[in-house]
Amino acid sequence: MIEKFVSLNAIAVPLNRGNVDTDAIIPARFLKTVKRTGLGDNLFHAWRYDEGGREVPDFPLNKPPYRGGKILVTGENFGCGSSREHAVWALMDYGIRVVIAPSFGDIFYNNGLKNGLLPVRLAAGEVRGLIGSIEDSPGDVISVDLPAQTVTGPDGAVCPFDIALFSKECLLEGLDEIALTLKHEPDIAQYEREGKRKSPWLFLDI
Amino acid sequence: MSTIIRKIWDRHIVAERPDGMCLLYIDRHLVHEVTSPQAFEGMRQAGRKVRRPFSLLAVPDHNVPTSADRLTRIEDPDSRIQIETLRENALAAGITLFDMDDIRQGIVHVTGPENGLILPGVTAVCGDSHTSTLGAFGAVAFGIGTSEVEHALATQTLWQTRPREMRINVTGMLGAGVSAKDVILAIIAKIGSGGGSGYAIEYTGEAIRRMSMEERLTVCNMTIEGGGRFGMVAPDETTFSYLSGRPAAPGASQWESAVADWKTLVSDPGTSYDREVSIDASRIVPQVTWGTSPEDALPVTGVVPDPAEQPDPRVRERMERAMRYMDLRPGMRLTDIPVDKVFIGSCTNARIEDLRLAAKVAAGRKVADGVTAMVVPGSGLVKQQAEAEGLDRIFLEAGFQWRLPGCSMCLGMNPDRLKPGERCASTSNRNYEGRQGPGGRTHLMSPMMAVAAAVAGKISDVREVL
Repeated sequence: MIEKFVSLNAIAVPLNRGNVDTDAIIPARFLKTVKRTGLGDNLFHAWRYDEGGREVPDFPLNKPPYRGGKILVTGENFGCGSSREHAVWALMDYGIRVVIAPSFGDIFYNNGLKNGLLPVRLAAGEVRGLIGSIEDSPGDVISVDLPAQTVTGPDGAVCPFDIALFSKECLLEGLDEIALTLKHEPDIAQYEREGKRKSPWLFLDI
Repeated sequence: MSTIIRKIWDRHIVAERPDGMCLLYIDRHLVHEVTSPQAFEGMRQAGRKVRRPFSLLAVPDHNVPTSADRLTRIEDPDSRIQIETLRENALAAGITLFDMDDIRQGIVHVTGPENGLILPGVTAVCGDSHTSTLGAFGAVAFGIGTSEVEHALATQTLWQTRPREMRINVTGMLGAGVSAKDVILAIIAKIGSGGGSGYAIEYTGEAIRRMSMEERLTVCNMTIEGGGRFGMVAPDETTFSYLSGRPAAPGASQWESAVADWKTLVSDPGTSYDREVSIDASRIVPQVTWGTSPEDALPVTGVVPDPAEQPDPRVRERMERAMRYMDLRPGMRLTDIPVDKVFIGSCTNARIEDLRLAAKVAAGRKVADGVTAMVVPGSGLVKQQAEAEGLDRIFLEAGFQWRLPGCSMCLGMNPDRLKPGERCASTSNRNYEGRQGPGGRTHLMSPMMAVAAAVAGKISDVREVL
């Protein structure tokens, strides 16, 4: 289900690395759950905790000014790799609602939208600027406005971002996408009738 | 003028919004135990039913132990619950299940194709990023998250934006000791792990045409490691003869019309793509990754790169970090890197042809002292076929373990995993930090190269022992 998202002013956490994969966001051994909740404690487990389970002091999420931040600002290709939606659930369970990066793994990007975690693509230079300012001044706040499609940095600089209109509407309203799609039921049934006629081998039981 | 990508895409549009978002019909849906429980739970809570249960196949693979006693013993209670939950969900919805005691059980991307479930021109999804594998048949096949699994279960459709289109043309012929795995690792090294982001990729060229279905599955499998949304190979006689007679493939009465249709699934000559990449197969040598991203692939003849030579500080930092994690030094020859473990398996390289190639190198040789090496067939049917050909004897005599099918050591989810600091020559697809177990170090390579590493106790150039 999509958790509604409109706008957010929140402390932003810098994670100045590229290619952060979903195994790093939530390692596979924590995926053995049949629920969506409770994953936040193990978010970024291998980077956040040492072998004895103690917090690594210089990992950004463990630094006091960033603790409880709701916006993550990070490098290119964030969320690449495995399709595990647990990566999104872990971020949201921790409290993150926006991830800002130059690019995302495509499946992660979609998974974010389906849950109400807003993935924001900004130019690499803009992301570098944001990371620089929140590293220099930890605890600073970034504003994200979905209706206006803008990110406002601590210095007041405004960066516009793109998002598909459909995804934006779903996020703003917190819509149940399956219910929306089921309104197309007659189209789906019609597609199946034609399909069975044109390519009956696709409709054999497997 | 259209690409095969667009042809298949357009056939599946149920509805299209003015913003370009397409409601795509989904022909095939595979589910495994890790990414489906929350989707079925969501369906129950909303009082919804699986729309077309017979378009689905359920298989447990990620959590299953690969030891002989697994039917009576799964020690991890959480793993057991996920496998039982899959069983209950499949039964309740009337979905075909290849359970752990079924000869057809195996890694979802191995067992789906070998049972003829994936046909040219279909759309296929699974809550697993390596669904890109299935594009080898000339299909639009992509990995999805659990919310989309639920959406596909309930509606038999998904909302998707059109992909950009890329052609990767692999010209020429592969040399001895060089395999499909080396081709895809070389491609990823060239385009980068985010290079395919937003793209659907069509693989073309002489080297691809000459490949068997198994090899094409290997290439398409790692499309996701290059960031691609999905990858595909246009179907041809190789595809048709592979599918002929498989259980879920069209039978005699429909075969002719199916093949006639499949033959239209080619990109029209002169069609343009958003991006074109070309790579000469004859220049590819066996590849090995040194770092913690699949793009860190190098010819086995090379040395560990020096971050100091990188002008971009971000790239330099990433390389230094990978170097520390992998415990390597710049300038070290790749063939001087010792290994503790060898893993032959995964949805990338656990099909019968992979095992045949590996067995050829293993025959008459021994795994080096101090190295633990395992072969994990991709499915019960692969295992049965390999045993009929005597491949299991070759592996066992060489000192490899011969195990039961599953995802095994590809990801640290079942008992097969690396201990902190252990170094593995692996035929899997991801060398991320901790992927094969916390603190484990992964070097990706082909099955032939993995056997060469097992025998030498260090990374080796398989061409020297052929």
